[in-house]
Amino acid sequence: MSQLIDMKNIGLQAADMVDVEKGRVKKELYSNPEIFEEELDLVFNNTWVFVGHESEVPEAGSFKTAYIGRQPVILSRDRKMNLHVLQNRCRHRGATVCEARKGKTKAFTCPYHGWGYGLDGSLRALPKPEEYDGVFDKSEMPLESLRAESYQGMVFATFNNDIEPLEDFLGGAKKWIDLFMKQGGGYPVKVLGEHRFNFPGNWKIQLENTTDAYHFPIVHKSFVSSLDEATADIFDFLDGEGFVEDLGNGHSVMVMIPQLVDLEADLDQPIPERFSALAQALRDEGKSENEVKKLVRAAHGTGFNLNLFPNVSCSMAFFRVLRPVSVGETEIQHVALGGDGAPDAFNHKRMRLHEHFQGPMGFGTPDDGEAWERVQKGSMAGTDGWILVNRGMSKLRTSEDGNPQGAVCSETGMRGAYQQYKKMMAAAEEK
Amino acid sequence: MKSNTQLLAQVTEFIGYEADLLDHKAYQEWLSLWTDSGLYIVPTDLNETDYLNTLNLALDDADMRRMRVARLENGESVSAISVGSTVRMVSRVRILEAGDDLVIARCAMTLNELRHGKLVTYPANVEYTLKPTAEGLKLEQKVVKLLHADGFLRTVSFIF
Repeated sequence: MSQLIDMKNIGLQAADMVDVEKGRVKKELYSNPEIFEEELDLVFNNTWVFVGHESEVPEAGSFKTAYIGRQPVILSRDRKMNLHVLQNRCRHRGATVCEARKGKTKAFTCPYHGWGYGLDGSLRALPKPEEYDGVFDKSEMPLESLRAESYQGMVFATFNNDIEPLEDFLGGAKKWIDLFMKQGGGYPVKVLGEHRFNFPGNWKIQLENTTDAYHFPIVHKSFVSSLDEATADIFDFLDGEGFVEDLGNGHSVMVMIPQLVDLEADLDQPIPERFSALAQALRDEGKSENEVKKLVRAAHGTGFNLNLFPNVSCSMAFFRVLRPVSVGETEIQHVALGGDGAPDAFNHKRMRLHEHFQGPMGFGTPDDGEAWERVQKGSMAGTDGWILVNRGMSKLRTSEDGNPQGAVCSETGMRGAYQQYKKMMAAAEEK
Repeated sequence: MKSNTQLLAQVTEFIGYEADLLDHKAYQEWLSLWTDSGLYIVPTDLNETDYLNTLNLALDDADMRRMRVARLENGESVSAISVGSTVRMVSRVRILEAGDDLVIARCAMTLNELRHGKLVTYPANVEYTLKPTAEGLKLEQKVVKLLHADGFLRTVSFIF
């Protein structure tokens, strides 16, 4: 009994480590393994978690595997083109039924005793079924299905059947997802590939980073140096008109380059030097000057990072997806995006730009990784201590949508995320 | 036309020389080993050969190689400063095609990196497309096929 009470207290203790009023969190949130276990339960198993984009499962029979926290799931598309998110676990003795990262199949077959499941999870066939006569009926043993909903092609799933619909959860973030999806240049946004890497640190360090403009000119100095002058100027945004806005439910948007918020506006802008080869390739393909301008502008990606609590960010031109592995290890995917049916030259440029900054060999990620690793290490110094997320707290204004908004290099988005975290961890009390 | 033994010796010497330059961070000399049209490629998908049409970990033309080297050398990158040493072993060199204009070879490589006191190992198959010139062999293409290319890698602030 005392152990049960202790377990309850861990969630509450973690909630208490978020000091909303002063804008700070206890460093123990990065390093305490017991808190991590509670986070899997109270956060990841209890809210909408991004599992993939619809373009990753384009046809009947397409599937991809993903994780919700530590739990393996399959995103599949059945013959009627309906999407399913299924637990990747045979109902018999519990082996995973799919180990491929993605692909196309007619069925998921357990390698252990050959139970075969349809794309909708239903148990179709099993060897020597007569031994189950009077024990159970096949219809009672489908792969367990999760509640799944999509918005603008982004598929989320949850183990919690009682929480609000996805669109209510996304709330103020929906407007920004709509803007983000304009970067197909007039074509539907499509996943082109992904980079995968891990770092020895807590998942919340990554969660914070996607809404942290303050680090950019410091950590990414070597990236900015590699750009031409005009592009480097665009990335010199700390003194600009950008902002960070708390969108509620842990979500936030950080607008770094205001002129690239709406990629379908200002199409009369001259084509920047670094996109001149792309523009010419598009003209050579017979694209009209208007289409060329629209595609070139879309090739930039958006000028903002939209951070969706807890595991995905629509980050300028790609999806950043995080997965908590252990208290001190996090896996990250940088998912490259392009246009479905868009000219090859456009998608090639998008992939080359992605390779330039993102992924384990990009010019940006290794320096981020180094900083995050140091944060995790530093969190072990001292017996007690605070992480500050109070930057810009005294200079908040109200946005046109009625949300708290601060300077581009404020920590408004981090505070929003920690407020949601605190709310979810405190729910331990009600359990 | 050289005998196979002579060519194998020449290619093996070249690959060993390149490995030595990279382990000793002689990046400017490494840049001079390339043809202008050369491509340095680290794929994410080991079954893919249409690299331009695919997302790679790296696909560097001459400009990107120069920028990659500048990033590692100019002291602005915190991860490049933190990289300790790398030691790579190359072996199992085999000539796949011995043309007059291009020589294609494949070898095994294991790169060991000491990073923050921890040893990280990267086994890979490496495919070289080499162009014989008056100044010796030049790199026309180098494809580093990491054994765990589609897994979750540690970040990389050196050149494979």
